[in-house]
Amino acid sequence: MCGIVGLLAKTESIENDLGKLIVPMFACMADRGPDSGGCAFFSNSLKANERKFSLYTIDPDFDWHAWHRSLQEAIGVESRFEPLDNHAVLISTFEPAALQAWLHENSSTVQLLSVGQSIAIYKDEGNPTEIARRYKFDEMSASHCVGHTRMATESAVTPAHSHPFTAGEDFCLVHNGSLSNPYMLRRKLEREGLTFETDNDTEAACRYLQWRMQNGDDLHEALSGALADLDGFYTLLMATTDRMCLVRDAFACKPAVVAETDDYVAISSEFRSVAHLPGIADANIFEPKPEDIYQWQV
Amino acid sequence: MAGVGQTRQLDLAEQSVREVNQYLHQRLSEDRVNHVEIVNPDGRHSIAAGLDAEVDVDILGHAGYFVGGMNKRANVTVHGNVGWSVAENIMSGLVRVKGNASECAAASGHNGLVVIEGDASSRCGISMKGVDIVVGGSVGHVSGFMAQAGRMVICGDADPGLGDSLYEAVIYVGGEIRGLGADAQEEPMQDSDFQVLGELLKRAEMTADVRTFRRVASARTLYHWNVDAGQEY
Repeated sequence: MCGIVGLLAKTESIENDLGKLIVPMFACMADRGPDSGGCAFFSNSLKANERKFSLYTIDPDFDWHAWHRSLQEAIGVESRFEPLDNHAVLISTFEPAALQAWLHENSSTVQLLSVGQSIAIYKDEGNPTEIARRYKFDEMSASHCVGHTRMATESAVTPAHSHPFTAGEDFCLVHNGSLSNPYMLRRKLEREGLTFETDNDTEAACRYLQWRMQNGDDLHEALSGALADLDGFYTLLMATTDRMCLVRDAFACKPAVVAETDDYVAISSEFRSVAHLPGIADANIFEPKPEDIYQWQV
Repeated sequence: MAGVGQTRQLDLAEQSVREVNQYLHQRLSEDRVNHVEIVNPDGRHSIAAGLDAEVDVDILGHAGYFVGGMNKRANVTVHGNVGWSVAENIMSGLVRVKGNASECAAASGHNGLVVIEGDASSRCGISMKGVDIVVGGSVGHVSGFMAQAGRMVICGDADPGLGDSLYEAVIYVGGEIRGLGADAQEEPMQDSDFQVLGELLKRAEMTADVRTFRRVASARTLYHWNVDAGQEY
């Protein structure tokens, strides 16, 4: 079992309150996934040449400010920096490859979770309710976000194995289910030159989708490929800068419910986690069909 | 259904599902209650599961998984949608959903009647063992999978895989059949089928043009191992 949640704002007021609204959804789904949890928030506020880098360290006493000073000295590019417990968000004009190379050489305790103009990721091991509190999810405003609460069945419980997974820029995936051919996918992608950070099945799916998009597919086409190439059980929820996308496997073994109003689109593993949302009594509530690809534009 | 008695309202915003269910299991006759209204269900699971009493239960809102599960004798109505496995393993009585039902509605039901006024999702009536099911709308894929006994009426359409590996349950479909499962076949409607269909619709308090319905039942080719089939299974 695992829980997934997603919320896409159609109005400015929901956008401002997105964090407040997602926290009860996320906390409710902690019942389905008490091991670890995470959320990806998407908001567009950067200059054209800037990027957000979400960073994580497992060291609870890590001196983020010292780390930031040495990064600035080494790369010589100005950056804004917001550390928060084990996470930090860096906003800069750094080239992602340059930052990744510097991290590799100088800072093995810091992991780059996401890169992009709009995405910021917070994920960690432990009770999802506590994770939401620690990383102040309720203070976030965003156009959309996707989250995941994990009950691990196939690989270790660590912050790196928790969802959302990312690949490339401004793309992330959360997954309820388990794949039976992740190693086949990995071998195929490794031959294409891709590398992996964990042995998690969802990372294989995430890199597969991003690889397809890098080779010219749009998200819909990449997912059509995934329906043929992924074997196993899955409800997949993805987000990019401007859309949220949902698909279930051919057997529809893993649950999902969608509630849509004029103000928002909410997705969850179970209805009870969206029961608190404003206007839910009049929402269009439906269950996505197997192998149909659902997309919502910001 | 229930005789003379009192109405009691239970609020799931104030009490846990366990407390509400314990009341329904243990206190009804002592309090002479024969009608219970449950408010603020908010999608919680296992509401009114395991009942064994002549009682009318109205759940005012959406319910989660297993609502009305293992029901005996009680008349449970959900005034909203339900999650997975509504009325799973129902033994008798009636479970009615005014909205839509998620997957596995009435799974493994032994007897009684389950009415879904809206749509039911995948695997409706999976492994049903004698329950009757009436769906006002359409059903999702692989409904009636390995259904052993009982009748399922689908007023709308049926997604692919209908009646896969059916045993002796019979399915009546008023709308489009988007694909039959292994060993399911359409059969001509007999007078007895129209009679059964009419009775089930009446019990479900639904109206439909019975002339449009078709009968789906087992071709019984999977009943026995066929040594000559080689790898065809």
